[in-house]
Amino acid sequence: MEAHSEHHIVPKRVYFLVFFALIALTWVTAIVSTVDLGRWNIFVALAIAIVKASLVILFFMHVKYSTRLTKFIVMCGFFWLMLLLFITMADLWTRSWMGVPGR
Amino acid sequence: MDSPVAVVPEIENPSALQHHFETPEQQKDSATIGMWAFLLTEIMFFGGLFLAYFAYRQAYPLAFASASNKTNLWIGATNTTVLICSSLTMALGVHFAALGKRKLLALFLVLTLLLGGVFLGVKAYEYHDKWVHHEVPGVHFDCEGCVDAQHAPLFFSLYFGMTGLHAAHMVIGVFVLLVLIWQAWHGKFTADWYTPIENFGLYWHFVDIVWIFLFPLLYLIDRSGRGLS
Repeated sequence: MEAHSEHHIVPKRVYFLVFFALIALTWVTAIVSTVDLGRWNIFVALAIAIVKASLVILFFMHVKYSTRLTKFIVMCGFFWLMLLLFITMADLWTRSWMGVPGR
Repeated sequence: MDSPVAVVPEIENPSALQHHFETPEQQKDSATIGMWAFLLTEIMFFGGLFLAYFAYRQAYPLAFASASNKTNLWIGATNTTVLICSSLTMALGVHFAALGKRKLLALFLVLTLLLGGVFLGVKAYEYHDKWVHHEVPGVHFDCEGCVDAQHAPLFFSLYFGMTGLHAAHMVIGVFVLLVLIWQAWHGKFTADWYTPIENFGLYWHFVDIVWIFLFPLLYLIDRSGRGLS
Protein backbone atom coordinates (compact mmCIF):
# COMPACT_ATOMS: atom_id res chain seq x y z
CA MET A 1 0.00 0.00 0.00
CA GLU A 2 1.47 3.32 -0.98
CA ALA A 3 2.05 5.62 1.90
CA HIS A 4 0.28 8.93 1.39
CA SER A 5 1.63 12.12 2.84
CA GLU A 6 2.28 11.78 6.53
CA HIS A 7 0.14 13.49 9.11
CA HIS A 8 -0.61 17.01 7.95
CA ILE A 9 -0.67 19.85 10.45
CA VAL A 10 -2.55 22.85 9.12
CA PRO A 11 -0.91 26.19 10.00
CA LYS A 12 -2.89 28.22 12.53
CA ARG A 13 -2.96 31.12 10.07
CA VAL A 14 -5.27 29.09 7.81
CA TYR A 15 -7.74 28.58 10.65
CA PHE A 16 -7.82 32.28 11.45
CA LEU A 17 -8.30 33.25 7.80
CA VAL A 18 -11.19 30.80 7.45
CA PHE A 19 -12.63 32.04 10.74
CA PHE A 20 -12.64 35.70 9.65
CA ALA A 21 -14.17 34.74 6.30
CA LEU A 22 -16.95 32.85 8.11
CA ILE A 23 -17.68 35.76 10.46
CA ALA A 24 -17.69 38.26 7.59
CA LEU A 25 -20.02 36.10 5.49
CA THR A 26 -22.38 35.64 8.46
CA TRP A 27 -22.85 39.40 8.84
CA VAL A 28 -22.95 40.01 5.09
CA THR A 29 -25.75 37.48 4.70
CA ALA A 30 -27.60 38.90 7.70
CA ILE A 31 -27.46 42.46 6.33
CA VAL A 32 -28.25 41.44 2.75
CA SER A 33 -31.36 39.65 4.02
CA THR A 34 -32.86 43.02 4.99
CA VAL A 35 -32.56 44.23 1.36
CA ASP A 36 -35.44 43.22 -0.87
CA LEU A 37 -33.97 41.27 -3.78
CA GLY A 38 -37.26 39.62 -4.61
CA ARG A 39 -36.84 35.97 -5.46
CA TRP A 40 -33.03 36.27 -5.28
CA ASN A 41 -32.92 36.59 -1.48
CA ILE A 42 -33.11 32.83 -1.00
CA PHE A 43 -30.44 32.16 -3.65
CA VAL A 44 -28.02 34.67 -2.15
CA ALA A 45 -28.59 33.36 1.38
CA LEU A 46 -28.14 29.72 0.37
CA ALA A 47 -25.13 30.47 -1.85
CA ILE A 48 -23.40 32.18 1.09
CA ALA A 49 -24.35 29.25 3.35
CA ILE A 50 -22.86 26.78 0.85
CA VAL A 51 -19.62 28.79 0.70
CA LYS A 52 -19.46 28.86 4.53
CA ALA A 53 -20.18 25.14 4.83
CA SER A 54 -17.53 24.37 2.19
CA LEU A 55 -14.93 26.39 4.11
CA VAL A 56 -15.76 24.48 7.30
CA ILE A 57 -15.65 21.09 5.54
CA LEU A 58 -12.43 21.75 3.60
CA PHE A 59 -10.36 23.44 6.31
CA PHE A 60 -11.82 22.92 9.80
CA MET A 61 -12.73 19.31 9.00
CA HIS A 62 -9.47 18.76 7.09
CA VAL A 63 -11.18 17.24 4.05
CA LYS A 64 -8.86 19.25 1.79
CA TYR A 65 -5.93 17.34 3.32
CA SER A 66 -7.70 13.96 3.47
CA THR A 67 -7.30 10.90 1.32
CA ARG A 68 -9.20 10.62 -1.95
CA LEU A 69 -11.33 7.91 -0.38
CA THR A 70 -12.49 10.27 2.38
CA LYS A 71 -13.20 13.02 -0.16
CA PHE A 72 -15.22 10.58 -2.23
CA ILE A 73 -17.27 9.43 0.77
CA VAL A 74 -18.00 13.02 1.80
CA MET A 75 -19.14 13.93 -1.71
CA CYS A 76 -21.35 10.84 -1.84
CA GLY A 77 -23.12 12.00 1.31
CA PHE A 78 -23.92 15.43 -0.06
CA PHE A 79 -24.84 14.00 -3.45
CA TRP A 80 -27.35 11.73 -1.74
CA LEU A 81 -28.79 14.69 0.16
CA MET A 82 -29.18 16.57 -3.13
CA LEU A 83 -31.08 13.60 -4.58
CA LEU A 84 -33.43 13.69 -1.60
CA LEU A 85 -34.05 17.43 -1.86
CA PHE A 86 -34.07 18.03 -5.60
CA ILE A 87 -36.04 15.03 -6.80
CA THR A 88 -38.77 15.66 -4.23
CA MET A 89 -38.83 19.40 -4.81
CA ALA A 90 -38.78 18.98 -8.61
CA ASP A 91 -42.13 17.30 -8.16
CA LEU A 92 -43.57 19.87 -5.76
CA TRP A 93 -42.27 22.88 -7.73
CA THR A 94 -43.67 21.77 -11.07
CA ARG A 95 -47.03 20.23 -10.17
CA SER A 96 -48.91 23.50 -10.50
CA TRP A 97 -47.41 24.24 -13.94
CA MET A 98 -49.54 21.67 -15.66
CA GLY A 99 -52.92 22.75 -14.35
CA VAL A 100 -53.74 19.12 -13.80
CA PRO A 101 -56.44 18.34 -11.23
CA GLY A 102 -55.22 16.67 -8.05
CA ARG A 103 -52.40 19.06 -7.38
CA MET B 1 0.97 -12.67 17.52
CA ASP B 2 -1.32 -15.63 16.98
CA SER B 3 -2.18 -15.83 20.64
CA PRO B 4 -5.03 -13.55 21.75
CA VAL B 5 -2.99 -12.73 24.85
CA ALA B 6 -0.54 -10.80 22.72
CA VAL B 7 -3.26 -8.30 21.83
CA VAL B 8 -3.97 -7.23 25.40
CA PRO B 9 -1.15 -4.70 25.87
CA GLU B 10 -2.14 -3.02 22.62
CA ILE B 11 -5.67 -2.47 23.86
CA GLU B 12 -4.34 -0.96 27.07
CA ASN B 13 -2.22 1.45 25.13
CA PRO B 14 -4.38 2.95 22.41
CA SER B 15 -1.49 4.91 20.96
CA ALA B 16 -0.13 1.61 19.70
CA LEU B 17 -1.00 0.37 16.27
CA GLN B 18 -3.86 -2.09 16.44
CA HIS B 19 -2.91 -5.46 14.98
CA HIS B 20 -5.48 -5.29 12.17
CA PHE B 21 -3.93 -2.17 10.62
CA GLU B 22 -0.72 -2.06 8.62
CA THR B 23 0.39 1.48 9.40
CA PRO B 24 -0.63 4.25 11.83
CA GLU B 25 -1.77 6.31 8.83
CA GLN B 26 -4.09 3.55 7.72
CA GLN B 27 -5.47 3.30 11.24
CA LYS B 28 -6.05 7.05 11.37
CA ASP B 29 -7.66 7.18 7.92
CA SER B 30 -9.99 4.36 8.89
CA ALA B 31 -11.09 6.26 11.99
CA THR B 32 -11.75 9.36 9.87
CA ILE B 33 -13.78 7.39 7.33
CA GLY B 34 -15.74 5.70 10.11
CA MET B 35 -16.59 9.08 11.62
CA TRP B 36 -17.67 10.41 8.23
CA ALA B 37 -19.87 7.36 7.71
CA PHE B 38 -21.63 8.33 10.94
CA LEU B 39 -21.87 11.96 9.83
CA LEU B 40 -23.46 10.88 6.53
CA THR B 41 -26.25 9.23 8.51
CA GLU B 42 -26.58 12.52 10.38
CA ILE B 43 -26.82 14.41 7.07
CA MET B 44 -29.77 12.24 6.11
CA PHE B 45 -31.25 12.57 9.63
CA PHE B 46 -31.31 16.37 9.36
CA GLY B 47 -31.97 16.10 5.60
CA GLY B 48 -35.48 14.80 6.22
CA LEU B 49 -36.28 17.88 8.28
CA PHE B 50 -34.78 20.18 5.66
CA LEU B 51 -36.92 18.48 3.03
CA ALA B 52 -40.03 18.92 5.19
CA TYR B 53 -39.15 22.59 5.55
CA PHE B 54 -38.77 23.12 1.77
CA ALA B 55 -41.92 21.14 0.99
CA TYR B 56 -44.13 23.07 3.43
CA ARG B 57 -42.58 26.41 2.51
CA GLN B 58 -43.48 25.59 -1.09
CA ALA B 59 -47.05 24.73 -0.06
CA TYR B 60 -47.66 27.72 2.27
CA PRO B 61 -45.24 30.49 1.22
CA LEU B 62 -47.21 33.33 2.82
CA ALA B 63 -47.50 31.61 6.20
CA PHE B 64 -43.77 30.76 6.19
CA ALA B 65 -42.72 34.24 5.09
CA SER B 66 -44.72 36.06 7.74
CA ALA B 67 -44.02 33.57 10.55
CA SER B 68 -40.26 33.57 9.89
CA ASN B 69 -40.25 37.33 10.47
CA LYS B 70 -41.03 36.56 14.12
CA THR B 71 -37.47 35.34 14.57
CA ASN B 72 -34.91 37.90 15.69
CA LEU B 73 -32.33 38.41 12.94
CA TRP B 74 -29.66 40.02 15.14
CA ILE B 75 -29.89 37.41 17.89
CA GLY B 76 -29.60 34.73 15.20
CA ALA B 77 -26.57 36.39 13.61
CA THR B 78 -24.92 36.81 17.02
CA ASN B 79 -25.49 33.18 17.89
CA THR B 80 -24.09 32.12 14.50
CA THR B 81 -20.99 34.14 15.36
CA VAL B 82 -20.72 32.40 18.74
CA LEU B 83 -20.96 28.99 17.08
CA ILE B 84 -18.31 29.88 14.49
CA CYS B 85 -16.03 31.01 17.35
CA SER B 86 -16.56 27.62 19.00
CA SER B 87 -15.63 25.92 15.73
CA LEU B 88 -12.42 27.95 15.65
CA THR B 89 -11.52 26.98 19.24
CA MET B 90 -12.31 23.34 18.38
CA ALA B 91 -10.10 23.45 15.28
CA LEU B 92 -7.30 24.97 17.38
CA GLY B 93 -7.86 22.25 20.00
CA VAL B 94 -7.31 19.57 17.35
CA HIS B 95 -4.28 21.55 16.17
CA PHE B 96 -2.71 21.54 19.64
CA ALA B 97 -3.60 17.86 20.11
CA ALA B 98 -1.64 17.09 16.93
CA LEU B 99 1.32 19.00 18.40
CA GLY B 100 1.00 17.09 21.69
CA LYS B 101 0.38 20.24 23.77
CA ARG B 102 -1.67 18.88 26.66
CA LYS B 103 -2.56 22.12 28.46
CA LEU B 104 -3.40 24.09 25.32
CA LEU B 105 -5.58 21.22 24.13
CA ALA B 106 -7.47 21.21 27.43
CA LEU B 107 -7.75 25.02 27.37
CA PHE B 108 -9.24 25.12 23.87
CA LEU B 109 -11.65 22.29 24.67
CA VAL B 110 -12.83 24.30 27.68
CA LEU B 111 -13.26 27.39 25.48
CA THR B 112 -15.27 25.30 23.01
CA LEU B 113 -17.43 24.06 25.88
CA LEU B 114 -18.03 27.62 27.14
CA LEU B 115 -18.96 28.93 23.69
CA GLY B 116 -21.27 25.97 23.16
CA GLY B 117 -22.88 26.86 26.49
CA VAL B 118 -23.34 30.48 25.40
CA PHE B 119 -25.01 29.31 22.19
CA LEU B 120 -27.42 27.08 24.12
CA GLY B 121 -28.13 29.90 26.57
CA VAL B 122 -29.04 32.30 23.76
CA LYS B 123 -31.17 29.55 22.18
CA ALA B 124 -32.96 29.06 25.51
CA TYR B 125 -33.62 32.82 25.65
CA GLU B 126 -35.10 32.69 22.13
CA TYR B 127 -37.30 29.72 23.06
CA HIS B 128 -38.52 31.57 26.15
CA ASP B 129 -39.28 34.61 24.03
CA LYS B 130 -41.32 32.46 21.64
CA TRP B 131 -43.14 30.91 24.58
CA VAL B 132 -44.20 34.21 26.13
CA HIS B 133 -45.33 35.51 22.73
CA HIS B 134 -47.59 32.46 22.17
CA GLU B 135 -45.52 31.35 19.18
CA VAL B 136 -45.21 27.75 20.35
CA PRO B 137 -47.67 25.55 18.40
CA GLY B 138 -50.47 24.34 20.63
CA VAL B 139 -53.68 25.57 22.24
CA HIS B 140 -52.18 28.95 23.17
CA PHE B 141 -50.70 29.54 19.74
CA ASP B 142 -51.35 33.02 18.41
CA CYS B 143 -49.26 34.33 15.53
CA GLU B 144 -50.05 38.02 15.76
CA GLY B 145 -50.20 39.68 12.35
CA CYS B 146 -49.34 36.51 10.45
CA VAL B 147 -50.65 36.03 6.93
CA ASP B 148 -52.34 32.64 6.44
CA ALA B 149 -52.07 32.23 10.23
CA GLN B 150 -53.80 28.88 10.02
CA HIS B 151 -50.59 27.38 8.60
CA ALA B 152 -48.15 29.40 10.69
CA PRO B 153 -47.83 26.58 13.29
CA LEU B 154 -46.15 24.50 10.56
CA PHE B 155 -43.31 27.00 10.42
CA PHE B 156 -42.93 27.06 14.18
CA SER B 157 -43.15 23.26 14.46
CA LEU B 158 -40.28 23.01 11.99
CA TYR B 159 -38.45 25.83 13.76
CA PHE B 160 -38.60 24.02 17.08
CA GLY B 161 -38.01 20.60 15.51
CA MET B 162 -34.93 21.67 13.56
CA THR B 163 -33.34 23.96 16.14
CA GLY B 164 -34.32 21.47 18.87
CA LEU B 165 -32.60 18.56 17.13
CA HIS B 166 -29.62 20.82 16.53
CA ALA B 167 -29.56 21.88 20.19
CA ALA B 168 -29.84 18.22 21.26
CA HIS B 169 -26.69 17.53 19.26
CA MET B 170 -24.99 20.43 21.04
CA VAL B 171 -26.05 19.11 24.46
CA ILE B 172 -24.65 15.66 23.59
CA GLY B 173 -21.50 17.41 22.38
CA VAL B 174 -21.19 19.27 25.69
CA PHE B 175 -21.29 15.99 27.65
CA VAL B 176 -18.71 14.38 25.35
CA LEU B 177 -16.55 17.50 25.73
CA LEU B 178 -16.63 17.17 29.52
CA VAL B 179 -15.22 13.64 29.22
CA LEU B 180 -12.63 14.70 26.64
CA ILE B 181 -11.47 17.65 28.78
CA TRP B 182 -10.97 15.33 31.75
CA GLN B 183 -9.08 12.82 29.62
CA ALA B 184 -7.00 15.51 27.90
CA TRP B 185 -6.00 17.04 31.21
CA HIS B 186 -4.87 13.63 32.46
CA GLY B 187 -2.68 13.13 29.40
CA LYS B 188 -4.66 10.47 27.57
CA PHE B 189 -3.91 12.04 24.20
CA THR B 190 -0.52 12.38 22.55
CA ALA B 191 0.72 13.68 19.22
CA ASP B 192 0.75 10.03 18.09
CA TRP B 193 -2.81 9.28 19.08
CA TYR B 194 -5.65 11.76 19.55
CA THR B 195 -8.34 10.14 17.41
CA PRO B 196 -11.22 10.96 19.81
CA ILE B 197 -10.28 14.66 19.68
CA GLU B 198 -10.05 14.61 15.89
CA ASN B 199 -13.36 12.77 15.50
CA PHE B 200 -15.15 14.92 18.06
CA GLY B 201 -13.90 17.92 16.10
CA LEU B 202 -15.58 16.50 13.00
CA TYR B 203 -18.83 16.11 14.96
CA TRP B 204 -18.68 19.63 16.36
CA HIS B 205 -17.97 21.18 12.95
CA PHE B 206 -20.80 19.14 11.46
CA VAL B 207 -23.21 20.58 14.02
CA ASP B 208 -21.88 24.01 13.06
CA ILE B 209 -22.65 23.28 9.38
CA VAL B 210 -26.24 22.32 10.23
CA TRP B 211 -26.64 25.70 11.90
CA ILE B 212 -25.03 27.45 8.90
CA PHE B 213 -28.04 26.23 6.89
CA LEU B 214 -30.67 26.63 9.62
CA PHE B 215 -29.76 30.30 10.05
CA PRO B 216 -30.64 31.43 6.49
CA LEU B 217 -33.68 29.18 6.22
CA LEU B 218 -35.31 30.13 9.52
CA TYR B 219 -34.10 33.73 9.93
CA LEU B 220 -33.07 35.22 6.61
CA ILE B 221 -34.72 34.20 3.37
CA ASP B 222 -38.11 35.85 3.88
CA ARG B 223 -36.85 38.79 5.91
CA SER B 224 -37.01 41.57 3.33
CA GLY B 225 -40.50 40.71 2.06
CA ARG B 226 -41.88 41.65 5.51
CA GLY B 227 -44.29 38.77 5.35
CA LEU B 228 -45.31 39.75 1.81
CA SER B 229 -48.21 41.62 3.33
